[in-house]
Amino acid sequence: MKVTFPHMGNLWICLDAMLKYLGIETVVPPPSSKKTLDLGSKHSPEFACMPLKLNLGNFMEASEMGADTIIMAGGCGPCRFGYYAQVEHVILEDLGYNYRLVVMEPPEKHISQLLSRIRYITGNKPWIEVIRGIKYGYSKARAVDMLEMAAMRKRPLERRPGQTDTALNEALSIIAGAVYGKLDEAYARASEIMEQIPVDRKPVLKIGLVGEIYTLLEPFSNLDLEKKLGRLGVEVDRSIYLSEWVNDHLFMGLVRGVRSSSLYTRLSAPYLRHFVGGHGQETLGAAAYYNNKGYDGIIQILPFTCMPEIVAQSVLPQFSRDTGMPVMTLIVDEQTGESGYMTRLEAFVDLLAEKGARKEELA
Amino acid sequence: MIGFIGLDVGSVSTNIVFLDDEGRVRESVYLRTNGRPIPAVQKGLKQISRLVPPRTVIRGVGATGSGRHLAGIIAGADVIKNEITSHATASSRLVPGVRTVLEIGGQDSKIIILRDGIVADFAMNTVCAAGTGSFLDQQAARLNVQIEDFGELSLKSSSPVRIAGRCAVFAESDMIHKQQMGHDLPDILAGLCEALVRNYLNNVGKGKDISGPVVFQGGVAANLGMRSAFERALKKEIVIPPNYDVMGAVGAAMLARDYVSRGAPTAFKGFGAAETDFRARSFECDGCPNFCEVVELSESGAVIARWGDRCGKWSNSVPQIACG
Repeated sequence: MKVTFPHMGNLWICLDAMLKYLGIETVVPPPSSKKTLDLGSKHSPEFACMPLKLNLGNFMEASEMGADTIIMAGGCGPCRFGYYAQVEHVILEDLGYNYRLVVMEPPEKHISQLLSRIRYITGNKPWIEVIRGIKYGYSKARAVDMLEMAAMRKRPLERRPGQTDTALNEALSIIAGAVYGKLDEAYARASEIMEQIPVDRKPVLKIGLVGEIYTLLEPFSNLDLEKKLGRLGVEVDRSIYLSEWVNDHLFMGLVRGVRSSSLYTRLSAPYLRHFVGGHGQETLGAAAYYNNKGYDGIIQILPFTCMPEIVAQSVLPQFSRDTGMPVMTLIVDEQTGESGYMTRLEAFVDLLAEKGARKEELA
Repeated sequence: MIGFIGLDVGSVSTNIVFLDDEGRVRESVYLRTNGRPIPAVQKGLKQISRLVPPRTVIRGVGATGSGRHLAGIIAGADVIKNEITSHATASSRLVPGVRTVLEIGGQDSKIIILRDGIVADFAMNTVCAAGTGSFLDQQAARLNVQIEDFGELSLKSSSPVRIAGRCAVFAESDMIHKQQMGHDLPDILAGLCEALVRNYLNNVGKGKDISGPVVFQGGVAANLGMRSAFERALKKEIVIPPNYDVMGAVGAAMLARDYVSRGAPTAFKGFGAAETDFRARSFECDGCPNFCEVVELSESGAVIARWGDRCGKWSNSVPQIACG
């Protein structure tokens, strides 16, 4: 059995670690690229959102490298993503690929449901080992998230453009390469690298990124949004991090002391009191969260045709009117032309800078 | 005297303006880009150089539009700004108190909401060109009407027909149907204007608080039918500023003026830039599966800029041009 999984940002680092610890052979697909998107869109329903197309491309590329089993997330909300694993599997079968499919769905009732799905992959490994493996994968996700957060803080201040990203790549490969038992040591080294990035002290604007999870986490899909904003002198934070999502949705909040989406659900109450699928409700809650935290602006990002985020998008103007918080929505799809995208980002940053300058004059 | 130059290099047109020391628009040049921005910028610079008064010193240059980086490098711009900030700057200074800017160009359209002279919100058309000038261009061509006469003719309409404006393809079949039913040309033209306005307000203007004074600018503002359709839909007076078709360039020049007023010397390369040999070539990088299309610009044989790569391998290997 050679197991593969779709890319979503640095998800691969934690999944790969967990599976390898359990003695399972893995195939990490090549990073999502234009080739992945071309392959995926060629065989996908035109109206599906970009994540489906990239998933499919990832599986096709992984198959060339010998993968025969897919681990894929599922779901049961109103978002059609819940059905993607099955749809993708059928498309792959029609194309003549011979893949087995294991769907990791959020447990409906109890964590044991997730464990039994994991069992399918892990075979007769003792439970204690399986749990250790999951914990190990989760620790890597946590380490990756902390490093990404450091990069978000450093980018707007870096002395030479690009230094942060060079350092982040190096730090991430240290985490990816760390073996069981050596993770703490690796993390210390990696964060040291991030710490050493030469920075200038200067005022920065702060933007909270909210929206759909895949487009938030996968830089290929959002045209390197975090990098671009960093270069424009903006410190960003995003409403979803992988480790937080795993804790919320797979461990059902078992790990304490990590920011949880139940906070967003609470904060969304004045605007959206109902689960609308995906992260629609969290988008509004996160917007309120960043407003409370004194951020300068909010950017919502979603793949074209994303229903839950469209619901959130149509409520955001009301939030913006109530709070005076500037909000901009970016919709991504197969387009790779960046000039319109850059125009919007630059204009939004100008807007925030002008607004901040005006506030200072009045103060 | 001293003055400032603004360049707006869009996909359809290239506009160049000359502002005097006081920031007043003295001269403007409007050219078709024709998909070749370098010759367009050079031609525009040459034309404007003949219009500026003798012994004028250019103290600052601003570039905007989708070709702003290219234009900025060729002319030596002090400020390279996005279209939204440039348009907002121009209208807030030329129409004091403006609260809404409707801007419709050939390929894109935007709405800018200003409060107390600064941008509070904005939007651009995303997925479709039905809310832009090219929609009118296409339908006018079908009806055999010169785009210049479009507005005047549409004002003769007594009862505009209803045409679906959601999609240019639907609109066309709707329009053919109305034509065959025997509707009058002015009524159809007025219907098209209303369809465009509906599409614009539902798409670009969705969720925005449109309050007056409302300024309408961009090339499509020349169309009187569009102005009256907006007035009917918004029930507000619409202001069309005198330089409505070159507002982006005007804004860029104003921003350049602000920038150099802090004492910075200008980066302007002089009108001689119109004669310099600039060449652009593009190639596909095969360093990874992204196959980025890299554009390389050279001046008299020496590479001065590259862009288009995701990873920075090519763009970072030439000295960076500072962007204000």
